[in-house]
Amino acid sequence: MNRVIARRIYVNISGLRVIRKSFCSDAAAKVSGANCDPPSTESEVKQSFINNDHQYDVAIVGGGMVGMALACSLASTPLTKHLNVAIIDSNPALGKLDSIKKEDPPDPRVSTVTPATISFFKDVGAWQYVEQHRHAYFDKMQVWDYTGFGYTRYNARDVNKEVLGCVVENKVLHRSLLLRMQNTDFRKTIYPSRLTSMALLPSSSPVNADGTSSTTSLFTRGRLAKLELSDGNSLYAKLVVGADGGKSRVRELAGFKTTGWSYSQNAIICTIEHANENHCAWQRFLPAGPIALLPIGDNFSNIVWTMNPKEASDCKLMNEDDFVKTVNHALDYGYGPHPKSSSLGSADMWSWLQGDATISAREHFEVPPKVIKLASERMVFPLSLKHANDYVSKRVVLIGDAAHTVHPLAGQGVNLGFGDASTVSKIIAEGIAVGADIGEVSLLRKYEAERKPANIVMMAVLDGFQKAYSVDFGPLNILRAAAFNSAQYISPLKRSIISYASGEQRLPLPLPLFSVISGFGESKRLEVTTCYILGRLKF
Amino acid sequence: MSSISKATRQLRILNGCKNSLPNVRFFSDYSLPRQPISSAATNSSPNIAKTLDQLNMNVVPSSLKHTELAKFSVIADTWWDPEGPFKPLHIINSTRLAFIRSTLCRHFRKDSYCARPFEGLNIVDVGCGGGILSEPLARMGATVTGIDAVEKNIKIARLHAGLDPETSNIEYCYTTAEKLVEEQRKFDAVIASEVIEHVADPAEFCKSLAALTVTDGATVISTINHSMRAYATAIVAAEYILHWVPKGTHQWSSFLTPEELVLILQRASIDVKEMAGFVYNPLTGRWSLSDDISVNFIAFGTKSSQQ
Ligand SMILES: Cc1cc2nc3c(=O)[nH]c(=O)nc-3n(C[C@H](O)[C@H](O)[C@H](O)COP(=O)(O)OP(=O)(O)OC[C@H]3O[C@@H](n4cnc5c(N)ncnc54)[C@H](O)[C@@H]3O)c2cc1C
Ligand SMILES: C[S@@+](CC[C@H](N)C(=O)[O-])C[C@H]1O[C@@H](n2cnc3c(N)ncnc32)[C@H](O)[C@@H]1O
Repeated sequence: MNRVIARRIYVNISGLRVIRKSFCSDAAAKVSGANCDPPSTESEVKQSFINNDHQYDVAIVGGGMVGMALACSLASTPLTKHLNVAIIDSNPALGKLDSIKKEDPPDPRVSTVTPATISFFKDVGAWQYVEQHRHAYFDKMQVWDYTGFGYTRYNARDVNKEVLGCVVENKVLHRSLLLRMQNTDFRKTIYPSRLTSMALLPSSSPVNADGTSSTTSLFTRGRLAKLELSDGNSLYAKLVVGADGGKSRVRELAGFKTTGWSYSQNAIICTIEHANENHCAWQRFLPAGPIALLPIGDNFSNIVWTMNPKEASDCKLMNEDDFVKTVNHALDYGYGPHPKSSSLGSADMWSWLQGDATISAREHFEVPPKVIKLASERMVFPLSLKHANDYVSKRVVLIGDAAHTVHPLAGQGVNLGFGDASTVSKIIAEGIAVGADIGEVSLLRKYEAERKPANIVMMAVLDGFQKAYSVDFGPLNILRAAAFNSAQYISPLKRSIISYASGEQRLPLPLPLFSVISGFGESKRLEVTTCYILGRLKF
Repeated sequence: MSSISKATRQLRILNGCKNSLPNVRFFSDYSLPRQPISSAATNSSPNIAKTLDQLNMNVVPSSLKHTELAKFSVIADTWWDPEGPFKPLHIINSTRLAFIRSTLCRHFRKDSYCARPFEGLNIVDVGCGGGILSEPLARMGATVTGIDAVEKNIKIARLHAGLDPETSNIEYCYTTAEKLVEEQRKFDAVIASEVIEHVADPAEFCKSLAALTVTDGATVISTINHSMRAYATAIVAAEYILHWVPKGTHQWSSFLTPEELVLILQRASIDVKEMAGFVYNPLTGRWSLSDDISVNFIAFGTKSSQQ
């Protein structure tokens, strides 16, 4: 661990001082100090090449969940574990390894991780750490509508699965990845700073132009990217990964354009407490948007409630008792009656949606468990959608929110990011297998080709979904309710849709958990909406 | 016509012209659209004149075909431009390297899950050009020697490899396979990729490659197939439609069929053990390995005994 820092002591006093100074208050400093074995001859040779600056194979800008996921994946893949990686992030969470207390109530920022994300975490060896912290698997979902016309319940059994997903606090996911990485002998250096500028440079080593100097500029340009940090440090990397979130500096510096828009809607997020443990994910569509109740372990659940900005700020400011009442109201009889089974009787009208549906495996509608207490602050976020028109250029690749930001409706955003991290790690390994320069744009394009369509479809679905449910369409509500009812039938189509939603299949439609469960996923209208949105998002 | 008789014809003609002028063309019965790029360039470009001069003065091994070399010298600056004249080599690079990786790992019992499986192997890249193949081989851990008969290529290759610590230890030499044989150099693996179609005497060239290979070592050759498909794809597409490579880069007459290559190698005591083709998928724009060896092919052989 941190071998590189140790080696630099001999070759780069000034660089080391900066790194150590910033770590001196935490555990990492001790680790790097303790590991000061004399440099091998091989490393001395290498270092002489590096000159005064730090040179890396990969520089990950942004050590959030997605950046750390990439680091972990590189660290645990045979073909990439030898890489020399820099992680740049001023977030103090990267230096701290104090434990997360189980007694503390859960943080309101949570993610619904799909089975695909769970197996990715298992592959990189980080899931064991998630399991040591609070997390909540759920095997049931219920989605219904305030009009009382329809509801649908999904059970993991429908798809021969143990679970439909798992709700985990973002800080637990992040910490698990960090713990995993600390327990590998991966050569990484953490720069507790922020990226300020980036340029493609020839090389940090002097070039001896021997007569052919006129041609050097042709190909020496862009062999390495040079990164400058806010603390005055600079480093070089063959590949720069922008994992620096929705306001990505890498994206800006690389000149990638984005397409996106914001909705005049906000989401209010908080943790609440029940009298008993909840094992089901609930979502109810209200006139102004959906309210979701996700189990998060013990007697806690997480609320994600979409509404207009005025309502959101009211909800944030009202006293706790009133807020609890408002939530219970919204999850029960508020806005309309409980749905009755087969209330629509429109099976004929909707049979075309069901494919070869045969059995009706109807489960009874249930009322979600009562909320008894607010257990965290209430956070309000505006809903918006943003997509980078390009994910890659020479020596630069964007992953996670830096490439695509979706609103936190169903906690899906980060699953897309983990998919990105997994794919980038895979294509780097493929490149290394054939001795490629890992910053070559031809290699990076493989990542873009694999992820962009999947991400765009997901975003389009979220967008179409958001539009369809954010406005009270009047008569359309009946269609929506009918879709719920039709989705209640177990058809092969429904089964495959759940497996898309749970991230197991990539195409044709990697539908998000909740939009699908609403039955919207089975409607032909979805395709129309998707096409419409695809037109708006540039490929 | 059987492959054997075709091969004998090829060999006969090649033997017959061992000492003839370098720019003599064979198989003139094929009406190949020929672009006299070399002769035109010789007159106009001092660069080429110089190159030809040097070649004539310094080395005159049988495999050199001076008109071919002059063509490469003219475009040497563009070796590393992925959209330049060498675009096809950049495109097929990962595909041929995948073949080389899997055959060499198996033959030398190397761990193919490791990042540098060629650690400990001495490999010579004959006709390395700007080093498009040599650099990845070095990153895969091999001790690489790259040789080329065009001095400018070697300069470019050196300069480029010097920019990355992982490739800076490649030994590039302006020399020929025959010269290395004279110097009694030996390598665990000898690779000549997309070179044999440019040499004057493929049979002699293969003998040199064999002589450079240690007993039980490996020889890998890739080239364009001498067939209608290859003609259509490689020449027409690359030179005339896509403008990937300057017109006249390839002469159809110099291409071998896989059978001919196997035969020539056999006579040089190299047993071809594996062969694969490169196929292009126009929809994905990617190349991949396949059993279809009708356009481009790559062969892996082992040297059976000391000559
Ligand atoms: C306000 C908000 C609330 C959200 N709520 C939810 C939710 O409840 N559920 C859910 O699933 N998803 C939610 N999301 C989405 C989810 O947080 C993201 O999808 C996920 O965090 C993306 O991870 P990331 O690693 O790509 O980016 P981030 O988590 O944003 O991480 C980016 C990292 O980059 C660092 N960084 C930024 N700029 C620089 C720079 N110049 N130099 C160096 N480092 C830099 C930051 O310090 C940060 O650590 C929310 C997003 C936002 C913005
Ligand atoms: C098509 S290029 C292939 C370059 C490289 N092997 C690759 O695949 O990237 C052919 C190269 O072979 C060289 N060459 C041609 N005849 C040669 C010979 N007889 N000996 C050595 N090199 C030769 C040319 O100078 C040119 O650089």
